[in-house]
Amino acid sequence: MKSLLSGNEAVARGAWEAGCRVATAYPGTPSTEILENIIKYPEIDAEWSVNEKVALEVAAGASFAGARALVAMKHVGLNVAADPFFTMGYSGVTGGLVIVSADDPGMWSSQNEQDNRHYGRHAKVPILEPSDSNEARIFTKLAFDISEKFDTPVLLRLTTRICHSTCLTELGERKDIEVKGYVKDIKKRLVLPAHARALHLVVEERLKKIAAHSEVFRYNRIAWGKKTLGIITSGVAYQYAKEVFPDASVLKLSLTHPIPERMIRRFAKQVRKIVIVEEGDPVMETEIKAMGIKVTGKDKIPLCGELTPDVLKSSFSKKTKAPAKSSKVPPRPPVLCPGCPHRGVFYVVNKLKLVVTGDIGCYTLGALPPLSAMDTCVCMGASVTNAQGMEKALGKEFSKRLVAVLGDSTFFHSGITGLVNAVYNKGNLNLLILDNFTTAMTGHQPHPGTGRLARGERGRRIAPEDIARGCGVEMVKVVNPNDLAATESAFEQALEYDGVAVLVFRRPCALLVKPRPPYRIDPESCNGCRLCLRIGCPAISLVFPKEREKPLAVVDEALCVGCGLCVQLCQRNAIFLSRKSDG
Amino acid sequence: MAKSAKKKANTNVIICGVGGQGIILASDVLCYGTSLAGFDVKKSEVHGMAQRGGSVITHVRFGDKVYSPLIAQGTADYILAFEKVEAMRYAHYLEKNGEMIVDNREIPPMSVLVGEAEYPADIDRRLTRMGKTYFIDATSVAADLGNIRVVNIVLLGVLSRFLRLKEKYWRDAIRKNVKEQFVDLNIQAFGRGRELAG
Repeated sequence: MKSLLSGNEAVARGAWEAGCRVATAYPGTPSTEILENIIKYPEIDAEWSVNEKVALEVAAGASFAGARALVAMKHVGLNVAADPFFTMGYSGVTGGLVIVSADDPGMWSSQNEQDNRHYGRHAKVPILEPSDSNEARIFTKLAFDISEKFDTPVLLRLTTRICHSTCLTELGERKDIEVKGYVKDIKKRLVLPAHARALHLVVEERLKKIAAHSEVFRYNRIAWGKKTLGIITSGVAYQYAKEVFPDASVLKLSLTHPIPERMIRRFAKQVRKIVIVEEGDPVMETEIKAMGIKVTGKDKIPLCGELTPDVLKSSFSKKTKAPAKSSKVPPRPPVLCPGCPHRGVFYVVNKLKLVVTGDIGCYTLGALPPLSAMDTCVCMGASVTNAQGMEKALGKEFSKRLVAVLGDSTFFHSGITGLVNAVYNKGNLNLLILDNFTTAMTGHQPHPGTGRLARGERGRRIAPEDIARGCGVEMVKVVNPNDLAATESAFEQALEYDGVAVLVFRRPCALLVKPRPPYRIDPESCNGCRLCLRIGCPAISLVFPKEREKPLAVVDEALCVGCGLCVQLCQRNAIFLSRKSDG
Repeated sequence: MAKSAKKKANTNVIICGVGGQGIILASDVLCYGTSLAGFDVKKSEVHGMAQRGGSVITHVRFGDKVYSPLIAQGTADYILAFEKVEAMRYAHYLEKNGEMIVDNREIPPMSVLVGEAEYPADIDRRLTRMGKTYFIDATSVAADLGNIRVVNIVLLGVLSRFLRLKEKYWRDAIRKNVKEQFVDLNIQAFGRGRELAG
């Protein structure tokens, strides 16, 4: 039986078929749907963890106790989880442990383009790279087998085009694998220096064994074509290579670390020329070159940006012309939704001309015009700590014009430690927590502040303001961001306050609440002053009717959700409710 | 309106528009329908930040055997666009003899709303220059049906007259992909789209 599955759905299915018992994740594009689909399988204990480090450690604990466990994250999530990841490479596993890293070449929804195949090599952990959904399902199962056979965590490395591409996928049944149970073994799991020295030797021996396995691994395979050109490739790049070089001989690598050296040498001997088709960094290329084999790779194929069939083709085309681009049209970057509760906060930030250390989430869109209300964005939680550092460099006076902004989910992820640090080290931090009761950007996953668990069941709600107080913050206020006057007044109090101030701007995500009746603009009263355009609401636009001298602002009633922010800006009371609320 | 059979094995369809217009659902229905007809099919899309009112593109390819989930430029047989500027943005994907089905709709991006850019006044002419273009009043039809959200299925109805895929597969694909309470409305929207194609 075949079914249409995305790569992420296929990983979830593969985990279920493999008898996985515990799955953890923190949402992050393009990995989010892995856990969202695992939730559908009741046999798997699934949780949204507060961050990737926590997620990996919970999964590692399950593995210690003998259960098969999977943890999923986006590529930058593995930076957060790097600490336990490296040590688990030494400790090894009891129940199979699979770490899924979803990389984002092209940075569709990410702050960098890091190639996490380096992590597998760095932590001495084997890597599997599927090239479509069916392989994603099969490799997830094989990852558990390899993990247990060689006593190692396994990195299943996906990319956006694997995660979010759909194809026909076979379905298997679930293997019922018993939890092995816990047996104390401190030499393996208590990684003191003395134990770790011994484990390092084990790790190096293990890599040799896996390298031997890589030579016979059935998904590392050669498909002979013409011998004038040999392609070595992996992941989605394999699909592009098949399109662009349909006649070439192809060595498709799937267990890509450790690479099968003998197989590569055998292949190299029989083809006249070798091209390494890989997306991102020259990872395979570097290793194969170190074997003394002459290859073409990143000297032709771009290292930056997403690899596509067009990019691959133009890399080898005699014409130097880059792939054709469409003729010029206005750009359409993503924007804050109509009614987004973040808008009011950024409007006030812009009005007060504050310096803003920003963070990762929907609210990063506050950086775009006309709100233009963000100065920095580094990584999850860095808003808090960057602000503290700026104050150290420029002094207390500067901190009165400086705010740090992050969302509720990001606060739980890695804002809390920074807050403790600021309180402890006597900072004058002004922290704005935009609490919309959800992890919005990735599609509304719950977090501790929502009081809901992964499957929607009720959990203990943990409020950001309670955490702030618990961290020793005395100036804590909860504010409605759709009330501009209250928002501005809260800002003034926080900026003047001596010490750490935390403002929690609380209002649910506009996509989670029923829209209110839309507003309209009275053409008689509107004088085209553009004040209402300053909030950057996609529902308001300026038109230039022929019969009018002045332009006219109009509300798109299909988009307006009746948040009423614009009403507070209009000096002429031109914006009014088009109909009464239904109740 | 149906096009003569082509030699190349795969059919390539780009579906594009503005985040929130139901583009991903439309590509799901197309993908499922072609799989019911026994084709190999692949679909690629983007999620996350790109979806917040930004430009959205999905690729659907079907035929005997599909490798790349991405369509190469200049090889799309059809572009189904939910907005005119978005049609123009991806028109370079169109094959020389390809055809564009474009909702007669203009949604100004933020750069236009705040007066930093202008919505191209000559957009219809520019689209026509890129290839055979059909402008369809799909949004009005959806509004007429009482729910503007079904514009995606109206447009699929139009597309269905261009593809050699039995109507039954389309209807089954709609049933499979939309919420139960909206099935009838969407089937109706699909029918209206087919009528629009003439």
